[in-house]
Amino acid sequence: MLAARLFRRALPVLRQARSYADAASGAPQMSFTFASPTQVFFREASVKQVDVPTLTGVFGILPAHVPTLQVLRPGVVTVFNDDGSSAKYFVSSGSVTVNADSSVQLLAEEAVPLDQLDVTAARANLEKAQSELVGTADEAVRAEVQISIEANEAIVKALE
Amino acid sequence: INPSSVSASCCTHVGLLSVSASADLLLDELGAPLLIVQLLFLLPGLLLLAPDGLWVTVDVLDVPAFRGLFCVSDLHSGNMFARTSALVFSPQCGQVRNMATLKDITIRLKSIKNIQKITKSMKMVAAAKYARAEKQLKPARVYGTGALALYEKADIKAPEDKVAKHLIVGVTSDRGLCGAIHSGVAKTIKNEIANLTGSGKEVMVINVGDKLRGLLHRTHGKHILLNCKEVGRKPPNFSDASVIATELLTSGYEFDQGSVIFNRFRSVISYKTDQKPLFSNDTVSSSENMGVYDDIDADVLRNYQEFALVNVIYLALKESSTSEQSARMTAMDSASKNASEMIDKLTLTFNRTRQAVITKELIEIISGAAAL
Repeated sequence: MLAARLFRRALPVLRQARSYADAASGAPQMSFTFASPTQVFFREASVKQVDVPTLTGVFGILPAHVPTLQVLRPGVVTVFNDDGSSAKYFVSSGSVTVNADSSVQLLAEEAVPLDQLDVTAARANLEKAQSELVGTADEAVRAEVQISIEANEAIVKALE
Repeated sequence: INPSSVSASCCTHVGLLSVSASADLLLDELGAPLLIVQLLFLLPGLLLLAPDGLWVTVDVLDVPAFRGLFCVSDLHSGNMFARTSALVFSPQCGQVRNMATLKDITIRLKSIKNIQKITKSMKMVAAAKYARAEKQLKPARVYGTGALALYEKADIKAPEDKVAKHLIVGVTSDRGLCGAIHSGVAKTIKNEIANLTGSGKEVMVINVGDKLRGLLHRTHGKHILLNCKEVGRKPPNFSDASVIATELLTSGYEFDQGSVIFNRFRSVISYKTDQKPLFSNDTVSSSENMGVYDDIDADVLRNYQEFALVNVIYLALKESSTSEQSARMTAMDSASKNASEMIDKLTLTFNRTRQAVITKELIEIISGAAAL
């Protein structure tokens, strides 16, 4: 018994500093750059989430998203800021890059805020493009017209 | 003033102007304000009325050491003493540089004034274009650096040994009078071609801008793949860049690595020739860091690469046009300054010549009247 007491005394007193786990500030912030050739919308900004329309579908990008490269299709980009507000932009085409350090470069050939688009003009363009598609047989022209149809459909859908 | 210094000063001139200059000094020495000072010809036997009231004559000193030495002798006392002497270089070399007549100077002055007006207006135009170009450059820079971000972050490098086909895109413009813009890019391209062909690689060049074509086609004509004209008249936009990229891709030249050489804008007074890399699809897909990137198939990569190519060319076009306008502004500014300096000098010469003509006429009248 004495030996046990001595043994217990000999044990070093383990001081355990008990605390909660670190908050998830270790997760990298997203450095978001969203630009068109003539205008910069976001430049290395910190945002919460970005939804992008790509050829393989719409997906949302959060900080620490897996790195990827994608090509955009005509559609709506939604940016959710840190404070919860969101902004919508219509993009015609472009590319999005998510890097390993959680920086995102969204480069659009043409991008406009959604409220600058006129739905009636879009509908008129869509009808014109559809009628053009019926009329032409040349491959290159058909391809262009189909692109126009796709873009206009996306605009109309976004604005409804 | 001693005679040696006078003759030394005359030695720097050629022709009869020197004589008149020495005549200035000559009569100055006599200590009175110059009255009849500028002579076009110092002829032997010509009588001068010196300001101190003495009549002096000009004699020729026959000294073998000098070609023709005029000295002024005091008529009154009959002594021939050299007050000063003038060294006149008679036209041995065969070319006589006549003094410019009033008409010649007037013509020259008028043409330089016109040139100054032109360079001044060119400077204004370039300044306006530069302001606009710089404003458009700001978003273009963010866009361009965003396009290159992947290559930097994934640290994509072309493998040194495998690279055999190179592509160089040189970006300048069609118009000149902008300093060393075009020659800087041409020099860099020539060096690159020399390095690459020295190590056995194949190089092709795409000229954006007629000036670059002019600089390269004589010596490196066989390396030129495409020429682009009508660059620089209007500010470049994205569709210009996409046209260039489309032509490049349809030309069928499968390059392994490339670079875009352009003038990067630093400030109003400075720019620097810079390079941005272009990578082929194979290089990108086989790069080690690309494994990190998820879900990339060949099609997506190809589209992405094509878009990135256009973006890099767009950035180069924007930077190049801003540098060109600022360089043209500074070049025209210094041209206007030089022209105004020349105008000042010529105006002084004009006034001196005008006074000389008047003096000559007066002398003729006076000596004519005195002869009566």
